[in-house]
Amino acid sequence: MASYLLRRIGETLVTLLLVTLLVFCLTRLTGDPTTLLLGPEASEEARDYFRHHNNLDRSLVVQYVTYLEHAVAGDFGTSFRLNEPAIKVVFEALGPTLKLAGLGMLLSILIGMPLGIWAAASRSPVIKRIVNWYASLGEALPPFWSGLTLVMLFALWLPIFPTSGYGALQYYALPALTLAISTSASIAGLAAANVAEALKSDFIHLERVLGLSQRQILLKHALRNAALPIVTYIGLQFGLILGGAVVTERVFAWPGIGQRVVDAILERDYPVVQTVVLVTALLFMLINLLVDILYMVLDPRLRA
Amino acid sequence: MTAEVRAKPPGATVRWPRWRARGEADFPVVAAICCALLAVAALFGPLLAPYAKDAVDLSASLSPPFWQAGGSTKHLLGTDQLGRDILSRLIAGARVSLATATAAVAISGLFGVIAGLVAGYIGGVLEAVVMRLVDAFLSLPFILLALALVATLGSGFGNIILVMVIANWARYARLVRSEVIGIKQRDYVTLARIAGVGPIRIMLRHVLPNALNSVVVLAILDVGRAIILESSLSFLGVGIQPPDVSWGLMLADGRTFLGFAWWLTTLPGLAIVIAVLCFNSLGRWLRIRLDPRGQL
Repeated sequence: MASYLLRRIGETLVTLLLVTLLVFCLTRLTGDPTTLLLGPEASEEARDYFRHHNNLDRSLVVQYVTYLEHAVAGDFGTSFRLNEPAIKVVFEALGPTLKLAGLGMLLSILIGMPLGIWAAASRSPVIKRIVNWYASLGEALPPFWSGLTLVMLFALWLPIFPTSGYGALQYYALPALTLAISTSASIAGLAAANVAEALKSDFIHLERVLGLSQRQILLKHALRNAALPIVTYIGLQFGLILGGAVVTERVFAWPGIGQRVVDAILERDYPVVQTVVLVTALLFMLINLLVDILYMVLDPRLRA
Repeated sequence: MTAEVRAKPPGATVRWPRWRARGEADFPVVAAICCALLAVAALFGPLLAPYAKDAVDLSASLSPPFWQAGGSTKHLLGTDQLGRDILSRLIAGARVSLATATAAVAISGLFGVIAGLVAGYIGGVLEAVVMRLVDAFLSLPFILLALALVATLGSGFGNIILVMVIANWARYARLVRSEVIGIKQRDYVTLARIAGVGPIRIMLRHVLPNALNSVVVLAILDVGRAIILESSLSFLGVGIQPPDVSWGLMLADGRTFLGFAWWLTTLPGLAIVIAVLCFNSLGRWLRIRLDPRGQL
């Protein structure tokens, strides 16, 4: 197991290096941001100073290597616009995003798991059909549309929640629900398929014969078997959930990385764009590593 | 799932929903008809639409759909703030959404299949490099990557398709490679190799056809995803630009009137949902028919 983990960590590091290269290439595709940032009327000296100060007058290879050196030391450059360390700008925006994504995820599990288990355990084809439909519909709903529709229904027509903004708990309601609609649908579908599969297995039949109640069987064994794929799903789909959060943030004016990155892109604030993409990619990889470890904790067969 | 978990590295197995409830494997007639209608709208849109997509009629601005008080049958689904006919714009948007989505899926499928086929068949260092690259692409958050690319490259049809290809090819490569690894160990491939068939011919004639089923399923399911991605980009203002019409762009435009002109956001949203639902249910049906072992 230790060797497996070491290999995974090694792979993750190589991938991370490639990601930095990708991100670096990506932000240099348009070339020089000097004119955009200093304006067309800036003097030639000012331009030269800016280029030199930000290393833009060096070759791309040199720029990349310096970038890496600094990144290892925790220095991701300074935001051109805000004149603050890029990493600080990103971390400030990361808090609201993680809170939103976390609450959305929690809500999705609370809605999705019971629905899925219900569909799997029920003998009624109608209930299976309904949950099946919910799962398909959730996948097809773009988060910006469900978000806007929720605002229309529960903020404008029935003024229960604020339309947008960040702050007390009532501000979380609609954005988190927006995220939960899509994700809970996938979780419900997954849980239903996996619990149904688990219920067919021999050990469940044995437990029925031994006289355990349906409730005991479901909670103790079926759920445990269904938990594994859902943990994997959360890991694999973290990027998607984060993407959903980015779009949702635009709908609700949520001050997270989604807003920050769109602004940074429009202003060609390279260091911030690079850092956002890098930090989220790192987060994604860490979560997948964690998922693998969690898998071993949840499934004793893999510990050998 | 026991056997699968043991055979693959941990974290690799997810059982996707695929119950065979009664009627599950029946051909999805409604979805197929919807897809056909969308295709007709996309192909012959300008002939079918009652108005031009940008015909302004300020005297009829913000009129609701015909069934609501104040609406008229002149504009069946109402008009926007400039009096442009919503139905006509939805039809024009169908062409944009379907064209970008299918082009993006086709091109990313092509690249991904080539990369996965070569990596899986040849193996060794090449495979390791391609797979690390695939991992790198897949660990970048999709929407962030797309946003960053469109913003650096500029918007416009070509670039949006390019962005979707860059963000998408890796999944095809991963899928094809995993299929190829299984297929290349079969007897008929070994026999072909012993008989002196060249590697390119083996890949194209013996390996690829057997990997193609799952690619087709992934591609159909991807059309829905691509429609959502394109409309998300357009909604965020970095996708399709006016005067072109896209469902996501219509939604973004209608936001300002959310409180009193529900049709401006609800109808384009419904168009997206219906299109995605139909492609997805076609894809699911195909998955059950073409991929009975459940590897997707």
